Amino acid sequence: MNEAIASQPQRNIVSRLWNDKETRSVIIQIIAFAAIFAFFFFMVRNAISNLESIGKDISLDFLSQPSSYDISQSLIEYSSRSTHFRAMIVGILNTLLVAVFGVILATLVGFLLGVLRLSKNWLTNKLAYVYIEYVRNVPVLLHILLLHGIIVHALPLPKNAINLGDTAFLTNRGFFIPSPSFEPLFWVVAGLFVAGIFFSIWFSRYAHKVQDATGRHYPVFWINLGAIIGIPVLAYFILGSPIIWEIPELKGFNYRGGMVVRPEFVALWIALSLYTAAFIGEIVRAGISAISWGQSEAAAALGLSRGRILNLVVIPQALRIIIPPLTSQYLNLTKNSSLAIAIGYMDIVATIGGVTLNQTGREMESMTIVLLLYLTFSLLISSFMNWYNKRIKLVER
Amino acid sequence: MRVTKSAAVAAALSLTAFTAQAATLEDVQARGELNCVVTTGVAGFAAPDENGRWEGFDVDFCRAVAAAVLGDGEKVKFIPTTGKTRFTVLNSGEGDILFRNTTETMSRDADLKLSFLPVNYYDGQGFMIRKELGVTSAKDLDGASVCIQTGTTTELNLADFFRINNISYEPVAIETNEEGITNYSGNRCDVYTTDASGLASTRAALDDPSAHIILPEIISKEPLGGAVRHGDDQWFDIGKWVVNALINAEELGITQANVEELASAAGDNPSINRMLGTESDMGAMVGLDAQWAVRAIKAVGNYGESFDRHIGPNTQIGLERGLNALWKDGGILYAAPIR
Ligand SMILES: N[C@@H](CCC(=O)N[C@@H](CS)C(=O)NCC(=O)O)C(=O)O
Repeated sequence: MNEAIASQPQRNIVSRLWNDKETRSVIIQIIAFAAIFAFFFFMVRNAISNLESIGKDISLDFLSQPSSYDISQSLIEYSSRSTHFRAMIVGILNTLLVAVFGVILATLVGFLLGVLRLSKNWLTNKLAYVYIEYVRNVPVLLHILLLHGIIVHALPLPKNAINLGDTAFLTNRGFFIPSPSFEPLFWVVAGLFVAGIFFSIWFSRYAHKVQDATGRHYPVFWINLGAIIGIPVLAYFILGSPIIWEIPELKGFNYRGGMVVRPEFVALWIALSLYTAAFIGEIVRAGISAISWGQSEAAAALGLSRGRILNLVVIPQALRIIIPPLTSQYLNLTKNSSLAIAIGYMDIVATIGGVTLNQTGREMESMTIVLLLYLTFSLLISSFMNWYNKRIKLVER
Repeated sequence: MRVTKSAAVAAALSLTAFTAQAATLEDVQARGELNCVVTTGVAGFAAPDENGRWEGFDVDFCRAVAAAVLGDGEKVKFIPTTGKTRFTVLNSGEGDILFRNTTETMSRDADLKLSFLPVNYYDGQGFMIRKELGVTSAKDLDGASVCIQTGTTTELNLADFFRINNISYEPVAIETNEEGITNYSGNRCDVYTTDASGLASTRAALDDPSAHIILPEIISKEPLGGAVRHGDDQWFDIGKWVVNALINAEELGITQANVEELASAAGDNPSINRMLGTESDMGAMVGLDAQWAVRAIKAVGNYGESFDRHIGPNTQIGLERGLNALWKDGGILYAAPIR
């Protein structure tokens, strides 16, 4: 062996490096990195020089200029005199709003669908099946447009609004509801609510410990419910309802005052949720089916009730199968929310990636910001779900 | 969907190593086709007819340029764009020239780096509303829901108008004129706002046009014109003088019907002779032949003919010449002379 190496020194250094598994992988990685870097360098340099050749530079100064456009739904103070940066924040918040509400609703409906799919009742089972197949096979954009069309055409104009007890009004321009303004005493109620949350965290742990030590089982759920909801509600009425409600009123073309939930938000939210829920339903069904029937039988033999079998045996194990694909559904929902512009919901794409881009002509900068924002959201969701997945991991004893 | 388009164009900007710069004329002639950036559909200005052939006032300018440059007004590829995508499509080199109800503004010129051709339609932003609402002035629109096309100059004007008059509104942003019509006729908005010309065209497309009025207030100046990229002066000159030729043709009485006859031999009017190449070769100055203007006029007629055919009083759109009459007829259309 050694002699052979000595006789062919030239070939050997290269081939030895190449034949060594570790060095080879390092070499391949270096080459890959260099190629990727060169590619991006080429792209960026090209973009800059192409922009330069038509006299454009790359700069973020435009973000501090007044936006000069209005946005219909804004969670923060905003007017056409605000900056493009603020318009972008409005867009970000609108995207997050629909994403968070969407994830919650999609999860609830999705789990329900999953359970229905496992139902022994032929009709419910098949209904859930038909729903899932229909929804999954129609593009989400069509769901959004259809729902928006239905809301706009089916609901009445403000002057014929559907009147819900003279306090809330349903129209095709939105759902107008009273908006609260808080009196000082309200903060006592709020304080009790927060205290209730802390209490129940402590109490859950305490009850767990007691159960471990003595086997005594507290009705944790009901006690916590009382602490978080019951006591604050009681206090609210004892303190004389310290919230003043501003009731929307019809003035001219539209209702004024109060709060409004716009049809664009509702259409986007519901369409994204119901669409994603169909996928989640299948994931949940698969997750639960994967837990072998023997486990439930064994738990039943121990004398656990049906509810506790589900809670203690089936769901904790099923969750481990469900969480990873569920994460990608959450990511999909968030990214699909960029279809908002189709119905004029002012999200990231419609603000910074839309009107701002167009008025300032900064397509490179704006699109890069949009991409980075979606990337950030996706990474945040993934890391949260990974954290959660680790937490519920099967503890092997 | 439109995101992908913007992103794609941004990617195209990064990837194309050689931008279509200086030599647009050669590029177009080598390709044998003019890529013209137009709307996604505004009846009378640019929209495909029932046979899929693009027709309209803006479309005619595309055809006139193609006729001058390629010898055939049919050799045009129309690229439909939204308010948002139009400039990126032009600046990335996908389009050679733009005729899309586009307002000339300082920022579009200096910041978006576009060179505007002479104005082909003097316009202003207006409001359309249902007659039954009994509104007679835009100042009475306090609290109204307003449909507005995103990516246009109209968003800024609208914000300014309501702010100056200290009244409120709910903007309903839509992307194309078609969605605008859907939302307006579905009563999602009380008012539709855009260029008055666009409103006339939109109104004609509604089920019962007579149930809608256009309010008297015009809240902005919207000089609409074609545009090309910065940096190719020869190509800019071609666009500019084709537009001027069509306007001058009306002034000089040259029409689609008589242009060939007038161009067959030099006549008594030196202006006509110069333009039609019977006395001197003006086309050579911009890299074309002497017959450039003859072909452009032959393809679409003079300015007035095109106007009357697509958007004039005898069409569905029914726009008066108004400001867009020739200067000698009381309008402000005044094209630089060809000499
Ligand atoms: N002149 C304004 C507005 C132009 C505009 O977008 N007008 C609309 C309304 S008629 C239009 O052409 N839409 C065509 C489409 O939706 O493709 C601008 O240049 O920004």
